[in-house]
Amino acid sequence: MSAASIAFLAWVRGPGFHIALGLFCLGLVWRLIEIYALGRDRPLAPLRRRSGASGWWTILRRSRPSAEHESMVSYLAGYTFHIGLIVTFFFFTPHIELLRRAVGLSWPSLPTALVDGLAVVTLLALGVMLASRLLDPVKRFLSVAEDYVAWGLTLAPVLTGYLCFHHLLLPYTTMLALHLASVEVLMVLMPFTKLIHFVTLFPSRWMNGEHFGRTGVAA
Amino acid sequence: MSASLERGLDRFRESLDADTAGFFATCVRCGMCAEACLFYTETEEPRYTPIHKLQPLKRLWWREYTLVGRIAAALGLSKPVTGGELADWSELVYDSCTLCGRCSLVCPVGNDITYMIRRMRDGMAAAGYAPPGLVGATRRAIELGSPMGVQLATLQAQIRHQEEATGLPIPMDREGADYLVLLSSMEIVNTPEMLGALARIFDRAGVSWTLASDAFEATNSGIQIGVAELAREIVMRTVTAAERLGVKGVVSPECGHAYMALRWEGPDLIGRPYRFEVLHILELLDRLRGEGRLKVDSTFNLPITFHDPCQVVRRGGVTEAPRNLLKMVATDVREMEEHGVYNWCCGGGGGVSAIGRAEELRLKAFGKKRGQIEATGAKTVATACANCRVVMEEAIDHYQIGVELVGLTELIADHLETEESHHG
Amino acid sequence: MEKVTVYAAMRAGGMSRRAFLQACGAIAASLALPPGSGRAIARALERTPRPSVIWLSFQECTGCTESLTRAHAPTVESLLFDMVSLDYHHTLQAAAGGAAEEARREAMAANHGRYLLIADGSLPVGHPAYSTIGGVSNLAMLQEAAAGAAAVIAMGSCAAFGGLPGATPNPTGAAPVSEVVRDRPLVTIPGCPPIPAVIVATLAHYLTFGRLPALDPLGRPKAFYGETIHDRCYRRPFYDRGLFADTFDDEGARKGWCLYKLGCKGPTTYNACATTKWNGGTSFPIQSGHGCLGCSQPDFWDGGGFYRADALPFGPLTPTATIAAAAGVAVGGAVAAANRRKRAKARAAHRPITVDDLEKGQEETP
Ligand code: SF4
Ligand code: SF4
Ligand code: SF4
Repeated sequence: MSAASIAFLAWVRGPGFHIALGLFCLGLVWRLIEIYALGRDRPLAPLRRRSGASGWWTILRRSRPSAEHESMVSYLAGYTFHIGLIVTFFFFTPHIELLRRAVGLSWPSLPTALVDGLAVVTLLALGVMLASRLLDPVKRFLSVAEDYVAWGLTLAPVLTGYLCFHHLLLPYTTMLALHLASVEVLMVLMPFTKLIHFVTLFPSRWMNGEHFGRTGVAA
Repeated sequence: MSASLERGLDRFRESLDADTAGFFATCVRCGMCAEACLFYTETEEPRYTPIHKLQPLKRLWWREYTLVGRIAAALGLSKPVTGGELADWSELVYDSCTLCGRCSLVCPVGNDITYMIRRMRDGMAAAGYAPPGLVGATRRAIELGSPMGVQLATLQAQIRHQEEATGLPIPMDREGADYLVLLSSMEIVNTPEMLGALARIFDRAGVSWTLASDAFEATNSGIQIGVAELAREIVMRTVTAAERLGVKGVVSPECGHAYMALRWEGPDLIGRPYRFEVLHILELLDRLRGEGRLKVDSTFNLPITFHDPCQVVRRGGVTEAPRNLLKMVATDVREMEEHGVYNWCCGGGGGVSAIGRAEELRLKAFGKKRGQIEATGAKTVATACANCRVVMEEAIDHYQIGVELVGLTELIADHLETEESHHG
Repeated sequence: MEKVTVYAAMRAGGMSRRAFLQACGAIAASLALPPGSGRAIARALERTPRPSVIWLSFQECTGCTESLTRAHAPTVESLLFDMVSLDYHHTLQAAAGGAAEEARREAMAANHGRYLLIADGSLPVGHPAYSTIGGVSNLAMLQEAAAGAAAVIAMGSCAAFGGLPGATPNPTGAAPVSEVVRDRPLVTIPGCPPIPAVIVATLAHYLTFGRLPALDPLGRPKAFYGETIHDRCYRRPFYDRGLFADTFDDEGARKGWCLYKLGCKGPTTYNACATTKWNGGTSFPIQSGHGCLGCSQPDFWDGGGFYRADALPFGPLTPTATIAAAAGVAVGGAVAAANRRKRAKARAAHRPITVDDLEKGQEETP
């Protein structure tokens, strides 16, 4: 550990975090307005009302496994890494403390060993996701540089967090600083990449469900 | 840039809404929509991935409707959408998409891809990149009143035949009737028995109905090709006739896009709600069944399966009526593995059946349906869309599969209760 | 200057031979030296004359000295004053004023090139006039004293990293010893205050082997600063199981659960408190119910608060987020307005399409 890494840690905890938080809020608000201020037309045809056929239901329903899962491995890996990210982010004590500071809410944490194990699983699942992006013909065809960037942005916080927790590779302080820095880079870029789906997923599902729901189809 | 290209791009610009922008922003390029699309599953060509079919529209949105994209465009970092590109995409947007809506049902982030392909077709058509086959059908629909060029005289001849065969009158332009019944050209030309079937059913159920001489064709090529003003013109014919005759309801025939266009999109096209209700024929029949006005006295006893027409079921919401009716008339109903809103398309919807150059692809895409049908073991397939029926019949012929197709309405007519019949 | 050996000085101070050998063994163990090194240390201390030590105090609070002098005999830490000939320490020496300064110059001249220089406190490099002794600025005094020193020990976090005087906004422009002394062997013993036993062991190592022990990149003896408090904390099992005290008087606090949420800096603090402990091995902060402050880490005063959990960003987040979101509304609003204009323009340009139009583009692009 060097004075530079301590100064770096102080920077990422201080000015760095504020810059990242600022750009995150700025970018997110701007992007959401840019997207959704385009507005939408209301249909004039009388709707067919059927229970379960609505945007709200679709938001929930699209989270469950669908009938389409030809590629079981990447399908499972997709679920796994999303769940892993959510759990490690929201149920690890230091993160809960951070959120308590930031938004004033807190909740019990999960045992560290569990979160730790999940982090490993998440990393493995992300590895599978990358492999499937490189090997699956459809995914490879659709992929652009941004997809690999987004993958890296997602992986970095988990990886540095894990290494940091176990005091591996680099001194703890350096790794902690890298961990925070990776999260900050993620925050800055999130609104400007496909990672914005962490928010827009909900309106998209809602709109999809609403389109289908007009005709009474529970999508 | 040519005037027509600019006109097409302007249609893209006009139609961009929060839905489309949100869907584009949300796509994670997971490729799951490919597995939902029969054009991909049957060819395994990645370019048939549904979301890829929207690439030009997506780029236009990014370049012109996002700040980052605008800056990139100003710096020359992204290319504008060109005519050549749209020409390349014509096959993807028309030939290899039946607007079946299956991709929209499975996208994990909720993108309604089909909704966007409709937008995409709007601009493609305006720029002049709609396939010749579909342009021809649209021309006939506008100029002759029917995409297949069916004229009133043809219909009148079929009416005479069916009146003779059933001994029942088939009313035309009868003011004050409860229902205005529409037909599709496919039915008039290929399955005119449908007319007789309707006459028998309505007679037995005591339904007051009529055809209209100025609005007998229900299909809407304007919707399929993607030109709102032409779609409006076609819908307006029905609206005018229905309001002139003062009917309570308009009945869409066994045709998928006809129902979709009239029931769900018509009011938006003409800019006001209707003064009548729109029903798919199966909805009306199921209503009559529920009221005890529709009864059968014999049943179809061979194994039978049902092909859900995409626009009626997944995109139209008529999910239970076909099953209720089929159960009433058949004893050995075998559902396909993925049915109802999860059905697979026949491969010829969305105007694809009118695109000559798409024939080979369409026959290939039928592979999905073929597998589904064969897995049920049924040799009879009922459906509720004349287009599906013709597309499947052609494919069955082509592949020499021993399967019979039947319209559900016709099947019911064949087994109608006869006791109280006045005309045998 | 008389050549009294360390051992002789210790015996004179009332220490038994047995206690001396035990102390040497303890020092060897604390330095993680191989077995038998205790003997080697004892032999060296028996032969080595007590070195002359010049102890200079700059911008400091005397806590480091307090920490050393409060040690109770016959603990290892109490050995310090027997091990060296403390020739200048303005708090402890009897002489004062000009006489004291004179004694310092004499000792420095007599032992030039051989004396040890211990410095506590930071240097007001930004404004040297803020701290002077007998009219000599701290800066000049350190430069002068370091020139003749065999080695320099930066004692405590102020000397090591700037410490409290160097905390934001650092009005004196305080800097650590390492920024002034660049050409002498330098060891830093940070801590606020540092652990006395660590000082003794470092000194013993120097006397035994004639060189400083292995140091980490911050110049701290690796033997004492190689692991974090958290690595050796006896409350660690609670951390791993997710059991935390939320307040200082809740059930978790009474049960001795982990103090992370109460701001413990153990995970980022490298020091020996959890193993060496304080007051002759009696206890250390976490054992007495308070989180680690991180006092041996650079800039620990500026870490965002002693009761704010480690790794958390500091400074109020809400204003940052609010201002940024407001800017986002402005940018987004501007783009949205431009978008709507663009769409309205396209809609205004809308001309109905005829069937003939549908065939046009195909003619243009064969
Ligand atoms: S399924 Fe949805 S998110 Fe995945 S590639 Fe297709 S449109 Fe994009
Ligand atoms: S609507 Fe149907 S045919 Fe068109 S892209 Fe989607 S799944 Fe494929
Ligand atoms: S009390 Fe502090 S040092 Fe001990 S386990 Fe908890 S966080 Fe780590």
